[in-house]
Amino acid sequence: MTVEQRNDDPRDQFPIGMRVLAVDDDPTCLLLLETLLRRCQYHVTTTSQAITALNMLREDKNRFDLVISDVHMPDMDGFKLLELVGLEMDLPVIMLSANGDTRLVMKGITHGACDYLLKPIRIEELKNIWQHVIRRKKFDSTNQKTSGNQDRSNDGGGEGELVSAGTGNSDHSGKVNKKRKDQNEDDDEDPDENGHDNDDPSTQKKPRVVWSVELHRKFVAAVNQLGIDKAVPKKILDLMNVEKLTRENVASHLQFQNPAFRSFPPGGMIGRLNTPSGLGLRGLPSSGMIQLGHAQTSGNSNNQVKFQPVTLQGNNNGSILPGIPMPYELDQQRNKGLHIGDLSTTIDDTAVFPLSNSLPDVKIATGNGSNNVISVTNNMLMLGHCQDAQAGREFGNHSSVSVAPLKPEFCSPLQDPGRCNENWANSVQPSGFQSNSFPLNDRQKHAALHRSSSRDNMSVMASQIGVNQFDASSIASASFRPDNSLSDSQSSMIQGWGNLHKQDSSCRPNLMSSSMNSLVPVNGGLGPLEQGLDLKNPMYHRNMDFDSMGQPNYVDPLMVKYEEVEKSTMETLKLKQAYLMDQQRPQGSYMSNNFDPLGDVVSAMMKQEQDKAEGEFDAYPLRV
Amino acid sequence: MDRNQLQRQVALMRSSLIEQVPNPSLPSLKLLVGYLDEQQFLQLEDLQDDVNPNFVEEIVTLFYKDSARLFHNIEQALKSRPVDFAKLDNYMHQFRGSTSSIGAIKVKNECNQFKEFCLAGNAEGCARAFQKVKQEHETLRTQLETYFKLRRQAGLAETV
Repeated sequence: MTVEQRNDDPRDQFPIGMRVLAVDDDPTCLLLLETLLRRCQYHVTTTSQAITALNMLREDKNRFDLVISDVHMPDMDGFKLLELVGLEMDLPVIMLSANGDTRLVMKGITHGACDYLLKPIRIEELKNIWQHVIRRKKFDSTNQKTSGNQDRSNDGGGEGELVSAGTGNSDHSGKVNKKRKDQNEDDDEDPDENGHDNDDPSTQKKPRVVWSVELHRKFVAAVNQLGIDKAVPKKILDLMNVEKLTRENVASHLQFQNPAFRSFPPGGMIGRLNTPSGLGLRGLPSSGMIQLGHAQTSGNSNNQVKFQPVTLQGNNNGSILPGIPMPYELDQQRNKGLHIGDLSTTIDDTAVFPLSNSLPDVKIATGNGSNNVISVTNNMLMLGHCQDAQAGREFGNHSSVSVAPLKPEFCSPLQDPGRCNENWANSVQPSGFQSNSFPLNDRQKHAALHRSSSRDNMSVMASQIGVNQFDASSIASASFRPDNSLSDSQSSMIQGWGNLHKQDSSCRPNLMSSSMNSLVPVNGGLGPLEQGLDLKNPMYHRNMDFDSMGQPNYVDPLMVKYEEVEKSTMETLKLKQAYLMDQQRPQGSYMSNNFDPLGDVVSAMMKQEQDKAEGEFDAYPLRV
Repeated sequence: MDRNQLQRQVALMRSSLIEQVPNPSLPSLKLLVGYLDEQQFLQLEDLQDDVNPNFVEEIVTLFYKDSARLFHNIEQALKSRPVDFAKLDNYMHQFRGSTSSIGAIKVKNECNQFKEFCLAGNAEGCARAFQKVKQEHETLRTQLETYFKLRRQAGLAETV
């Protein structure tokens, strides 16, 4: 056989000559496998005993590139071998089995298999297995930078509550799983996930940065390390030490985190929010998210918490808000309304997302006129922002829907806070939202908003938001489904938002309400809803996910914040809104609300950012 | 038989083995219809090359050797009281893995039947299904042996 010869071949001709270790107790299958692999021009070593395989691997880790192993083996369970190889040698392992039962496949995946093949094997399948080797290598190298940090962050939870909130509280295993999943996902999407799109070198001014959970954790860690007061993007960037991350990315993200803390700097902030940082919701438990985390702890925390960070990630594997690409992008393109649009789309899953981001969205969205998008984004932002603000207030008071709360500052981009508020307020009011004005300051309004809307709505909204397109109408409809009490108010709120967008405000109302509703229920953290229903929507969207979980739990932290806001109506909203509000904290003042650990950080950051952002954020073009 | 005839026979037999459509020109081959999974078996044949001239035969031989061992285990397990269905299932699972690698469809189908009985805890059903498995197993072996013989003859005829 030319195998030996191939052995001499340098790996240059990879995948030719890739060294595979095949393990299967069935001699027929083993022979077939061996022959097939040789036909693929790999270098094959076979053994029918798992123990022998392990020994071979232990003797020399570098002897093989890939391991293929049967699941059913007499001397050792295939999964066990899989685990050991993964842990000790960190080699990619492919599982093989005649049994394709989903549970088994799942087991394989959770144990770390990079692929699961069914017998009888065909050569076509084997021809591609080399990709796992490449992926693993790539992932490892990229991961070194980030995973280390992440691990630190994660484990430390210290990043404060930020991290822990999201992860710590919630189910640890979930987090771990998530992490693993993230990693796996990262593996697959490696370049993208790690928060930096490979496509754009960091040299570009606006690379799309996906704030993966890992990245966000690093971010949080950096911020914590620096101290809120000193957490300036530049320093954060340095601390994070992530390639291809620009100061701008960090700045945006920072802003995102802080919606609640700071009043959104006009324009600039929003833009930022949209940016990756906003999107970062995923990774970052941005105020909204983080808060959610807290909130979650109470209940679905697991889900939520995880969700949040996950959600962000979930959507895009790595991107923070899969659903909402915008946020990140927004940052980059703050001025482009596009972001917002994206956000909306991404929002679908990541309810968590965009809250913080959404704010920027608002800004952008309005500017662009892409109504849906904008509104959504705004909402999203708002949500995020609102959360902070609201969070303190009372979670339940989502009604105040952060949208409004967006403090005037925040709102301004949106179109002028006053207007926003008014719009919101007015619209919302009908249902008794108290949040007449969305002004961030006026938490009560938010609360009202929150209250009224049913959680479901919010969640629906949130989900809607997540839905691409954040089409206001669509969102509205979606969220409104459950529409409970808030519907009216929400709708009005939405309308408010709608105005922002300049789009059909009527559409928005739905959104708003829905978002509010959704926000509340779901993410509690989605607080931002308050700020902008739109914002919330995204959040709600996320919330939706959570909703199932039991949103109220999440909301807790936020709820607290919401306390301040009027609690009038939205119970569900409250939660969400609270969360959102916290995030949004219309001016940082909310920070005081309970929620926060993140909030504080965020606010601090926001403040800093604000200064910076001022310039950057153009008034949110909420040119309604 | 001259070479061409042999080769034709080989081809016919093979297609009968693989395809579901019986070949009218070789009535005896009707029995072979559908015994083997086309793709799988073809892949096996495809793997046979200069480096591995007898791969198919090799692997089939190996299969039968290994299955004898598994059959023995299964029989023991069936005889023992109480019947250990988990073990039975285990053995059969292994056997099924190799049958599918060969592409032996009919045998595999009988294996599936066996598995059903096993899951149901029906020892008698298992025993019956197992008999069927063995039957199909044997039938296939005969067919394959004939096939290989033909091939060899055709191959020899070529070299001549």
